[in-house]
Amino acid sequence: MRSVPPWARVYVACVVVGALLCCVRLPDVYVSWDVVALLAALYAGGEGLRRRRPAGRDAVGHRVTGHRVAEGLGTFFPVLLAGAFLLPPPAAALLPLPGALLARVERRPRRLRRVWRTAQLAVGVWAASSAHGALGGPQAVVAHDFPYALLPAGAGVLAFCAALTVLDGGILATAERVPVRVAWRGLFLRSLAPVAVHGLAGLMMAVLWRSPYGPVAAFLVLLPMYVSCWVFAQYHRERAAHQATIRALVQAVDIKDGYTRGHSERVGQASVMIARELGMDDEQVEVLRFAGILHDVGKLGVPTRLLRKDGPLTPQERRIIELHPEYGHEMVRGIGFLGEARSAILHHHERLDGTGYPYGLAGSQIPEPARVVAVADAFDAMTSTRCYSRARPVATAVEELERCAGAQFDPRMVNALIRALDHHGWHPAVTADTPEGAGAGPVPKVGAETGG
Amino acid sequence: MSEYAGHLSYGTHGAYGVCGRRPGPARPVLLCVHGAAAVLACGSLGVTLWHGIDDRGTALAFGVLVAVGELARWSGEREAAPLGAAAALAYALLGESAGRAAQHGVAQTVAVVTAASLLGSVPHIALGHGRACDHLARRVLTVGFAALCFQPLHDDVPLAATRPGPYCAVLAMALLAVTVLCDAVLAAALARARTRWPFGPLLRDELRATRGIGSVVCASGAVMSLAVGVVGLWALPVFSLPLLLTQLSFRRYAAVRATYRQTIASLARATEIAGCTPAGHAHRVAALSRAVGRELGLTEPELTVLEYAALMHDIGQLSLLDPVPSGATASLDAEQQRRIALLGGAVVRQTGVDAEVAVVVERQADPYREQPVSARIVRVVNAYEEMTRDAGPGGPLAALEKLRLATARDYQPEVVESLARVLAHGGATDGYGPNARSEAGHGWVTHG
Repeated sequence: MRSVPPWARVYVACVVVGALLCCVRLPDVYVSWDVVALLAALYAGGEGLRRRRPAGRDAVGHRVTGHRVAEGLGTFFPVLLAGAFLLPPPAAALLPLPGALLARVERRPRRLRRVWRTAQLAVGVWAASSAHGALGGPQAVVAHDFPYALLPAGAGVLAFCAALTVLDGGILATAERVPVRVAWRGLFLRSLAPVAVHGLAGLMMAVLWRSPYGPVAAFLVLLPMYVSCWVFAQYHRERAAHQATIRALVQAVDIKDGYTRGHSERVGQASVMIARELGMDDEQVEVLRFAGILHDVGKLGVPTRLLRKDGPLTPQERRIIELHPEYGHEMVRGIGFLGEARSAILHHHERLDGTGYPYGLAGSQIPEPARVVAVADAFDAMTSTRCYSRARPVATAVEELERCAGAQFDPRMVNALIRALDHHGWHPAVTADTPEGAGAGPVPKVGAETGG
Repeated sequence: MSEYAGHLSYGTHGAYGVCGRRPGPARPVLLCVHGAAAVLACGSLGVTLWHGIDDRGTALAFGVLVAVGELARWSGEREAAPLGAAAALAYALLGESAGRAAQHGVAQTVAVVTAASLLGSVPHIALGHGRACDHLARRVLTVGFAALCFQPLHDDVPLAATRPGPYCAVLAMALLAVTVLCDAVLAAALARARTRWPFGPLLRDELRATRGIGSVVCASGAVMSLAVGVVGLWALPVFSLPLLLTQLSFRRYAAVRATYRQTIASLARATEIAGCTPAGHAHRVAALSRAVGRELGLTEPELTVLEYAALMHDIGQLSLLDPVPSGATASLDAEQQRRIALLGGAVVRQTGVDAEVAVVVERQADPYREQPVSARIVRVVNAYEEMTRDAGPGGPLAALEKLRLATARDYQPEVVESLARVLAHGGATDGYGPNARSEAGHGWVTHG
């Protein structure tokens, strides 16, 4: 845990003061306290339900996936937005209080995070309610004035989203020390679509609440939203499990091959860097990550004795080792989502001049993913320590790649890698390096025993 | 029904026709359900055509929504079109629209939903996806049921006359809950008729699924009908978007599960590639184990654990110094078998797959009285598969006989008998066991 910078504390204090200012006019407005109590309880209940999820798996998921699941976009934004559409701003700002103060916070410092989250949501709901009220939303909701009611609701959603984004960027800049330039980048657009959908559900709730059917009908709106979030959590769990499985698989390969740990994962990362630089879309990038990770999976089928042999290989032994791309392709043939990237596993040892294996393809006959992975593989092979060679510095590796571009590697991929290295540097983060990462236990046996 | 779903990923779902899975004796339940649905649909269409359509705007809006929901349906999941189902039920329960009493009767409801569902299914049928008949029959019958139940309530109890209140919401929800439960029974009965799997576990699986997507359909249907009653047709697009989000989450979850399954299947191939086991062994054991597990009445989650364990049961051999001759572990001595099992369990634990799977893999070589039921199945099926591999035409019978002789300690008699029944069923029709099992088997083999 890092210490919290003083500026972050000051910033949170400012937001808390802002949240208090939002509620200051509370005595001046007419508030139906039963609505406030019901909605606040509903929100708190939702947060409580969220808390009951198995924590262990989630935590693993976070560690494994490496990026935080958007926890904030929980089930119960519809409740907050419905409250913003039903109540005057100062009262609406009270809604997140119990829920956010009771919510489960995984990372320390817990108290500060809770206070921050509460204040942020209070300001957000206040902003949404103010924007909604300014356009005459409450009357439209009571009168079921459609489609006009969509306009204030849309304004409310925009205000909510904008408030959360602005505050989020601030905390990123102060607490996480993200450069101010990039702190706000993409935050708004990323959260707008889900918040808008939640806003529609909130509007539906508000309308039904004010209808003759009353709050009971409004609760029904939450059920699909809740199930949807539950399924979403399941999805993340399953995805994390899937990634852990793939990781364990390739660690077995790395160990068998006598590589330093994490070679496969680093090849995945370098492939991602190249793919991003080439401007591929997110889905292709993700597929290439897996293709890079799995590129050597066929080595599971090659006897460890050959992979680890000191000294020169006989031509026959070499032929056996050179079967590994085909073995790998055979293994991953059934994995549908890899799609075109499966060719990367089959062809990552092809050379541009046609002297590679297994098929001796040349130039543009080699599929694009394979050309990406070939460069990434060579780069990591040079920059990491092997049993037979010391790691070389990145600059030397780049020179070597440039020398081989044209004959062995596609110059386009080499240049993309060089550009990416210029922009982002080379900071391979590999989960296997962490002590609790998978791979410490029995998998070594796979290599050790077969190695004999 | 997710039995079919699971195996879609192996690329066989186009192999079956739109309706019946394969020629066979016509089953009375199937005939009854399809006949009733057809009569109801045709009758409603006839009556509606005769009388004309009331409330054309509302009918059109709901029809479009049902058709869109049907279009957005993904093949293979339990409730394949939650949006369409919710819209259809909402139309059945629609008492009023923007404050005016709705005019459409039961016949029109069924007619509109039938027409829209058919329209939305056209692309799916054209692409050869899925089995539209059962789905449509269930849709027509459930909507007819809901509309029939609601109509008298709506006409006699003065819901429309007096001011509507919260009890309407409760009533709508309760009615839809009953409808969805009936639908689950219907689905289980249809699945039973198609596959001859035991009814109990099928119903249990259907009901378990009802907790998730069924409650979504219920609540959404109720909300849609109430909201249209309050604000008119604008409620439909407003509420459809959140519902589409739900549908999207379900779909992504299904997709990631399918991917995970494929990855595990690939992992299972590692032993084959490494030359430890013959090609396709793990997949055949998985398919047959699943069949036996289904026959013994295991539930869907248990079947998943069983299948994963069966796929990875030989993974311990990767850790062996010398490969076992043609991977035939069943002929090794007990101590050796247990060692391989323990190594396999350790590897499985490492992969982050469910710990239950690791337990099954670890215990596969123990005497059956100490094993969990999944491990018993894997042990019997693995032994059977290894014995029949090169045994020629008389092999299966001889293998079953050998298994029966070893039921004192190694193999559970009930599991062996279940295997015999599965094989007998399958022998009468095709390959392994009834239907999806063979579907699974073929699916595996196409990649093998």
